[in-house]
Amino acid sequence: MKKIFIPIILSTVLLNACNKDLVETNLQYPSLQPASLDINAGTWKPILLTGPTEFPVAAPIATTTPDYIAQVNEIKTWQANLSKEEKNLVNYWSAGAVLRWNEIMRQLVAKHNIPPYQNADGTYPIPNANNPLAYPQFPFANPPYASRAYAYVAAAEYDALVAAWYYKKLYTRLAPYKVDPTIPSLIPQSDLPSYPSEDAVVAGVVGEMMKLLFPGDQDFIQQKIEEHKKARLIAGANVRSDLDAGEALGKLVAQKFVTRARGDRAGAAVGSLAIQTQFEQDCITRNEIPWISQESPKRPGMLMLFGRVKTWLFDSVTMVTTIRPPAPPSTSSQKFKDELEEIRHLSTSLTTEQRRIAHFWADGISTPTPPGHWNQIAAEDFVKQNFSEVRWARNMALLNMAMMDAAIVCWDAKYVYFNPRPPQMNNTIKTVTGLPNFPSYTSGHSTFSAAAATILGHIIPSNATKYMDMAKEASLSRMYAAIHYRSDCEKGLESGNKVGGYAIARAITDGAE
Amino acid sequence: MRFAIASFFIMMSITSAAQTDIDGIMMEKNALCIGPMFGYSSWKNYWEGTLKRENLNLGTVSTQMYSVMGNYGITKKLNVLFGLPYVKTKASAGQLNGQEGVQDLSLWVKWKPMTAKLASGRLSYILIGGFSCPVSDYTADFLPMSIGLESKNLSMRAMLDYQRGSWFATVSGTYVRRSNIKLDRNSYYTTEMHYTNEVKMPDAVAANIRAGWRDKGLIAEAVFDGWNTLGGFDITRNNMPFPSNNMDMKRIGFNFKYDMPFYRQLSLTGNVMTTISGRNVGQATGFNAGIFYVIDFTKKKKTDSKGDKK
Repeated sequence: MKKIFIPIILSTVLLNACNKDLVETNLQYPSLQPASLDINAGTWKPILLTGPTEFPVAAPIATTTPDYIAQVNEIKTWQANLSKEEKNLVNYWSAGAVLRWNEIMRQLVAKHNIPPYQNADGTYPIPNANNPLAYPQFPFANPPYASRAYAYVAAAEYDALVAAWYYKKLYTRLAPYKVDPTIPSLIPQSDLPSYPSEDAVVAGVVGEMMKLLFPGDQDFIQQKIEEHKKARLIAGANVRSDLDAGEALGKLVAQKFVTRARGDRAGAAVGSLAIQTQFEQDCITRNEIPWISQESPKRPGMLMLFGRVKTWLFDSVTMVTTIRPPAPPSTSSQKFKDELEEIRHLSTSLTTEQRRIAHFWADGISTPTPPGHWNQIAAEDFVKQNFSEVRWARNMALLNMAMMDAAIVCWDAKYVYFNPRPPQMNNTIKTVTGLPNFPSYTSGHSTFSAAAATILGHIIPSNATKYMDMAKEASLSRMYAAIHYRSDCEKGLESGNKVGGYAIARAITDGAE
Repeated sequence: MRFAIASFFIMMSITSAAQTDIDGIMMEKNALCIGPMFGYSSWKNYWEGTLKRENLNLGTVSTQMYSVMGNYGITKKLNVLFGLPYVKTKASAGQLNGQEGVQDLSLWVKWKPMTAKLASGRLSYILIGGFSCPVSDYTADFLPMSIGLESKNLSMRAMLDYQRGSWFATVSGTYVRRSNIKLDRNSYYTTEMHYTNEVKMPDAVAANIRAGWRDKGLIAEAVFDGWNTLGGFDITRNNMPFPSNNMDMKRIGFNFKYDMPFYRQLSLTGNVMTTISGRNVGQATGFNAGIFYVIDFTKKKKTDSKGDKK
């Protein structure tokens, strides 16, 4: 019998030999140690605030008061008895508040980036912000929705941190580990004044903005806010009054952005079948073949009025006169036929590398969308730059305002021109990613990517070429996927570059450079 | 043999009744049984988590398989087996491109250490160790059109086979250790975001019960099998499937093998299988058919061994 069991034992050892644990990039990030405190960031130009003192922050209590000493004792009590989970929490959040909340946003976008299933009668239900947990859950975080969510949160974080930096410099109350050297700091020490807490400012902003953007995920978000604040206390980096003042400031600033969001016309962007018919008729009147949904049952085009949402970096007149791309090749022209044939040929002759590129940039359902992908790219590089929190927020705001404006510019063109997708014009064309349910011209990936690459290349000039190469690859990936023509991609890159240029124009005048 | 005959996403055996990794039959020493097989399966409905649905943007998803498989007897008690399929997928509706290519090479060692008489029948105990790995660069991250799941698999199977007269029954249980796989992208969402290109693939267990008639010229058997992924997550509402989903299924089917009466090196095999329940898999029904030929490398026995090889 013995010889029967030897192979069983051997195979059990073999089967369990290889470790399956994943090494995830974002969990390897070091603690944030800013290269510069940016102590004068209180003078940087805010986006919506009239100035850094629009929402006053009261002077902190003195570090000699019994109240402050009680708050220091709260830290000491925590630190006396730390669990492994609590230490992990400190390490996780020490990588940076703007970074971590950006990651959390990306997760929520991916979770909600799934198109609703049809009703029994072949129509489609529309997610309802007032009943977010009923199916279909609110929101459907598609690329335009996601670009707007990332932009509002980043912009609000930036304004709130500019205000926070103003008061930090004004009050100069040091971190508890500096006030009381008996408190060990579990993260790298900083000379940045800790009142109001920049971490709590960010948590306060996001908590408030998310009530608007992801109203069905409040329990998850509140849990993260509590963990974040706790991590700062445990680390010895903030006392409770630092956190309270920061969170309160963050919430107030966020309200200003919530007000803008409620009036930015995104609420009407979903459109209606009557509006879609009008776009279709306009297209037919121009003697062009209109876009038709290739889904079964036919789904109304995604966010057909997103092109009318309020932009950040230029006004709507500029958008129409200066940025809107020229009309695509006529559907009856030889150029159009040639471009269609190019995609048909590509779809039947993809190389392994082209297919890899199509999948790498697919950013389809259940992903953080192309703007989320560029946030990931930016975050991975920003980590290496050792930006202060306020500079992180400023750079993320520039990136995400550019990408939201890119979405608006692109969606404007898509519905103004209402150009059909390659598989509509030749049903033998099969795709290697899901066919997006909106008109073809211009390519969203190309517009987002060029806008992102342009502003990121300004923020980290040594990477400018790399970013532009990535944008071009993202753009080409849509041709490899057989869902876009060459003109869609080239003109998308051009308008994205223009949008990125407006972000640079803001960057060089905001006082941060 | 175990092929991704695309019972949606999963590598499951659509087994022919020839000597395989899933039955209780051994090849004679120095004999090689080898041949081509063709398989086809399709599904229109699938389980999104536990919810059964159709998808008008996929229509019917079908999989064709062309394979070569073989079984060589090192001794009568120790066999090695291999299988190599070429797989092609297609959706009848929507725009998604099918995939095609050589899928995974499978190798097994099959060992029968023990046979005992039991109640005027014969009971055999068999151990089968298997390994499979992709041999082309197909992508698993394009379900349901992917031709496979990309993981390297190690499997360990214990089997009992009982034969009394021409009637028999075989039961087996398998543990499948699956390696992580690598995607073409560097982040993905399961129930949370992961920032890596590597996906942790849950292991799986499988059970197989088969019973019927088995004599020298004919095998005819009914088959039940089950596959249970140990972990993984459900497809969320209207989402696409993902390689590390919690894929489970139960199937029933029928197999036969028939030796040509006047040329017994040659045999025909056939199989039909249908899925009776599942989770995160397609409700696939399929068939396969093969022709197998036995080559005897033993020099001394020239005339009297043909009928005993299978």
